Amino acid sequence: MDPQTLVWAVPLLPLAGFAVNAFVGRHLPKPVVGMLACGTVLASAIISWVLFFHVRGSGPLTSHTFTWIDVPGLKDGYLKFVAEHKLVVDQLTAVMILVVTNVGFLIHVYSTGYMADDKRYSRYFAYLNLFTSFMLILVMGGNMFLMFVGWEGVGLCSYLLISFWYEKIENAKAGMKAFITNRVGDFAFTIGLMLLFVYLGTSFKTWTVDFGEMQKVIAENKGSVQTGVMTAVGILLFIGATGKSAQLPLYTWLPDAMAGPTPVSALIHAATMVTAGVYMVARMNFVYALSPTAMTVIAVVGGATALFAGTIGVAQNDIKKVLAYSTVSQLGFMFMGVGVGAWAAGIFHLVTHSFFKACLFLGSGSVIHGMGGEQDIRKMGGLKKYMPVTFWTFAIASVAIAGIPPLAGFWSKDEILWQAWSTHDLAHPIWGKLVWLMGAVAAAFTAFYMTRLVVLTFFGELRSAPGAHAHSGGGVDLPDWMGEEKKPEPGTRNPESPHGAPSAGHDAPAPAHDAGHGTGHAPSSAVPHDPHDHGKAAEGKHPGTPHESPPSMTIPLVVLAALSIVGGFLGMGAWMGAWTHMPNWFETWLAPVWGKAAAEHHDVPTAEYVFVLISVVIAVAGILFGWRVYHKLKGEPAKNFTSKHRELHELVRDKYRVDELYDAVVIEPLLELNETLARFDNAVVDGAVNGTASAGASTANVTGYFDNEVVDGGVNATAHAVQTTGRGMRRLQTGNIKSYVTSAVVGGLIVIGAYCISLKWQEIERFFKS
Amino acid sequence: MGDLFGKEWLLTTMTFAPVLGALVILFLPRTASAAIKWVSLAAAAVPLVCCWPLMQGFSAAKGKFTDFSFVQQLDWIPGFGIQYYVGVDGVSVTMVVLTALISFLCVIASWGFEHWTVNRGIKGYFALFLLLETGMMGVFVSLDFFLFYVFWEIMLLPMYFLIGIWGGPRREYAAIKFFLYTLAGSVLMLIVMLAMAFTVDGDPNAPGSQLCFNLPTLMQNSAAFAGEHARDWWMLAFIGLYIGFAIKIPAFPFHTWLPDAHVEAPTPISVILAAVLLKMGTYGLIRINYSILPDAARQFAPVMMFFGFVGIVYGALCAMAQIRGVPRVNPQTGEHFIERDWKKLIAYSSVSHMGFCMIGLAGCTPAGLSGCMFQMWNHGCITGMLFLLVGVVYDRAHHRNIDGFGGLWTPMPKYGALTALAFMASLGLPGLSGFVSEVLCFVGAFQASDPAENAVWGYGASYYRVLTALSVTGVVFGAGYFLWSYQKVFLGPLNPKYEAIEDVTWREQLTLWPLAAIIVALGIFPKYYLDIVGDSLKFVVNHVQMPWLKPG
Repeated sequence: MDPQTLVWAVPLLPLAGFAVNAFVGRHLPKPVVGMLACGTVLASAIISWVLFFHVRGSGPLTSHTFTWIDVPGLKDGYLKFVAEHKLVVDQLTAVMILVVTNVGFLIHVYSTGYMADDKRYSRYFAYLNLFTSFMLILVMGGNMFLMFVGWEGVGLCSYLLISFWYEKIENAKAGMKAFITNRVGDFAFTIGLMLLFVYLGTSFKTWTVDFGEMQKVIAENKGSVQTGVMTAVGILLFIGATGKSAQLPLYTWLPDAMAGPTPVSALIHAATMVTAGVYMVARMNFVYALSPTAMTVIAVVGGATALFAGTIGVAQNDIKKVLAYSTVSQLGFMFMGVGVGAWAAGIFHLVTHSFFKACLFLGSGSVIHGMGGEQDIRKMGGLKKYMPVTFWTFAIASVAIAGIPPLAGFWSKDEILWQAWSTHDLAHPIWGKLVWLMGAVAAAFTAFYMTRLVVLTFFGELRSAPGAHAHSGGGVDLPDWMGEEKKPEPGTRNPESPHGAPSAGHDAPAPAHDAGHGTGHAPSSAVPHDPHDHGKAAEGKHPGTPHESPPSMTIPLVVLAALSIVGGFLGMGAWMGAWTHMPNWFETWLAPVWGKAAAEHHDVPTAEYVFVLISVVIAVAGILFGWRVYHKLKGEPAKNFTSKHRELHELVRDKYRVDELYDAVVIEPLLELNETLARFDNAVVDGAVNGTASAGASTANVTGYFDNEVVDGGVNATAHAVQTTGRGMRRLQTGNIKSYVTSAVVGGLIVIGAYCISLKWQEIERFFKS
Repeated sequence: MGDLFGKEWLLTTMTFAPVLGALVILFLPRTASAAIKWVSLAAAAVPLVCCWPLMQGFSAAKGKFTDFSFVQQLDWIPGFGIQYYVGVDGVSVTMVVLTALISFLCVIASWGFEHWTVNRGIKGYFALFLLLETGMMGVFVSLDFFLFYVFWEIMLLPMYFLIGIWGGPRREYAAIKFFLYTLAGSVLMLIVMLAMAFTVDGDPNAPGSQLCFNLPTLMQNSAAFAGEHARDWWMLAFIGLYIGFAIKIPAFPFHTWLPDAHVEAPTPISVILAAVLLKMGTYGLIRINYSILPDAARQFAPVMMFFGFVGIVYGALCAMAQIRGVPRVNPQTGEHFIERDWKKLIAYSSVSHMGFCMIGLAGCTPAGLSGCMFQMWNHGCITGMLFLLVGVVYDRAHHRNIDGFGGLWTPMPKYGALTALAFMASLGLPGLSGFVSEVLCFVGAFQASDPAENAVWGYGASYYRVLTALSVTGVVFGAGYFLWSYQKVFLGPLNPKYEAIEDVTWREQLTLWPLAAIIVALGIFPKYYLDIVGDSLKFVVNHVQMPWLKPG
């Protein structure tokens, strides 16, 4: 097959997997469903590698193209609108499709173990394949609107998968929240797209949505492109990215999205979909490069998000919530990178993050699985000895995210922080320093909360039996050093909260089907599932001791952990060149995308070494501090701190109550407005219609009266006069039968007509009175 | 007269085959319900089958503005210059296909007539239904204004009875409201029609001798309606026509008949209302307002834009209000109740989605007009499907209270999936057809920008762009009310009342899958549609010649 056709195979293979599993998956045995889903993604992964080497050999690759939307313009194509089905694999896309297909494949494999007991197994894999396909379209699409197809398509799959166990209303609401929040971002995104399209069209007579052509036009007219327009476009597009990539102020959906199955959190809400915003900014670099203001906004929002979410991560007790806030925080780092003009560093962090964060999420899934559905880290502890593979992989990924050299996270995070400090691309250099400061503090928080997570989960003694949460809410004695019992999760902000009582959830005690099963997992045990308890059913129900997960789950963990160790060597910073004599491979590889020459060897300023040192010190300090607080001192300092600063602790624990704020400021007023408008519609707009009708009816009554009494009275009087006259003339009557018949017929018709109207009259009147 | 199977008879066949079926039905005994249905299906199948040669022949003769295909022109009332004159161009041909398709599917959807709440008078129902199809078809194929008007009125009558006899509890109110409201609009149309007929000479060889109802001739003579002295008068005429058509669209503030009519009408009639009847409003705006009165259209663009924007946002918010409930008073009994009607939600969403057509029309660029036309088609398929879907659950549960279900996806997986698809299409998910048309409407309106000093009180340069940007909120609200109602009906714990509810039957699937397939196919290959309408619309664009068409 020629490469142009192969390009299409990458997104279409998972789509085919979706089609089969969606339509006939229910009738297929589970292994076939799983093989089909994993196989199509594996095939895509292999093709991605082929395409990668093709791009390496002979540069960017464009697929065969088909017309998608085609509105021919007027003379010379003025006002035309053409978008093609066109995929492009350049260096940036090659990196993205490798991440999506390879990490995606591992997570598919993991899912075959994790979801083994789920009754909607085929539907799950259909969604997962559909997601992979849309994600590939997102990163391969050759124009803005095809990218937007992927952009919203992954949003749809995210919605479907977050609310996968939809019987539990909270899950359904979390999915809805994710989609609608993304739509808010897409509102700005759409306007940004239109603005760019129409601006380039009217100003430069180039009506195009194609990335390559837009880049060309802007490059050719660099002098005359208005910076203000580029800033507006850049910020509007970035607002879309804050929705998709969970940045301030639209991040609130991501923590709630943890309601989905854990592999979904790993694939969609850590490794791939949420990084789409970063990809988009990198893809639109030709717009951002012209607007320091937009770049500054991105960098500052990224830095602020990294810090903001990092602090929340410290106070969460749900293993997945900690990781969720960590993801928000790390996405902030990526935006810091692309925001300060270090495009390659931002994308590099995207890649390394996909390794270690996928590993962490899958590890947490393994923990939840082994703990029989428990997610509260206060009830865990000591899992090291029960789940060695999970522990070691989780620990490696934690060290990687904390930024300890030479693991992957160190290289990418350090590169971003250095670039932030030294950038000249922002509106003012001081912004770079500020962004660096926020990033550095966030990095310290990252190291701290990851250590806390690892210590509480894997070290010490086990604090409750697996699955215990299902039997009672407060049956476990929590060590008091963990702070007070958390009040019920504020949960999904649902628009109806003020009206309907919030659903009590369906955590009804789950019968322990596998009592005594102990360790060892039976992937195909035919457990009759409680319809209200899917989530827990799949998360495993094994009271007794925690157990290690099956190989289908641990092998992906090992692979991802290995990648977390070595993945960083792809992009070793320039300062390493002194020893390795190698350029930063990653930066060199991506350089053509930004239209820069390949990175040359340049003199490394001494400051850069200093900043490397600072990064390492921050990470080590964060870890040591966390270790001391939570392991050595058994959390005593944390207890003292929370009791001394109770309000601060509660504020952070409740995520600064941003959800509540949005509820009060946006959702509630909107719903009030809806009701007001609906009442207005009934009372005023429709009232006017009904009013006109009754006014017509009243007028008819008046004229009817007038007609009967005055007009008809006159007629009768005339008739009377005629009659009187007629009597006198009776003798003159000739007895013309024809005239009698005529008048009889006419008169009869009038009478019948009047009778008909009088019959109808009541109906008409009733109608108008109604 | 020519060959009976010749090209010129195709549209006439499509138009009158249904009414012939209606005549046959009148002679069938009322007990022969199966025969009545099959005759109806056959009669509705004729136009659908004819769509094949229609599209074949049409694509061969892509028309210019006045170059119509499948023309048949016969004298009808020669004294007044009134003709039986039919033909199609890009503007009407897809509407003809839509009418044929939706009518056919609605006959299938009426198959369960015996199980309806009002199930008497099967003969009357199907006969009136077919008469309605003739009326709708006639409106779209007429090239004579008088003929157009006659079909417009013909269509009104069966609709009145179909809602008024076979509708829900408040059917009489809804039917009379629909009838009088539309009639009021058509009176305005009548006046303008006569004014136009008297202005242009029907016979150029004998000036002043004849009235002109010939639409292509009127379009060619559009300069006659643009003179300096006549500008105000023709603007008034434009507004009169606009009100007539805005009632049909329905555009704010003339929309209130729609929720009532939709809620009360039986399912297939709701589908026809939403999918075909509403299109007549926008079709009329393009065919008559824009084509004959381009000068007034240019002046009216800001108003059209404004009402399009209001419709989008207002309709969306009113739709969303249905989910949390709207307090109302029953006018008959004085009883207070909370209205949470799923069908009403979709009715209001129609107001919102037809607003997209209007902003596309206001922009009147190639993208905007194509978007308007494509949105008409898509709204027909998508909202048609939505009403069919609501009908499915209404047939089983006998209510449409959004709060009264819950968890239906579990017992009804296919129904849940089809509804999800229709909802996603309606909220404009990229990859499905609704997205393409919405984007084109937005882009078309966004392209509009009138730099003239006095345009829109001096705000002409940014007026359209700001309103377009605000209209995009409709897409966010759309996601809100669709997903929220989806959650209420399909997700969450299963309502024990509906544990044994039946999934969509094969007959229901027969009506739903074709629409689903069209929605998906045209989302991926909208080119097929855009190519059909493109040339004719380009001519309208050049004819109206909005100020922003000239490169600046």
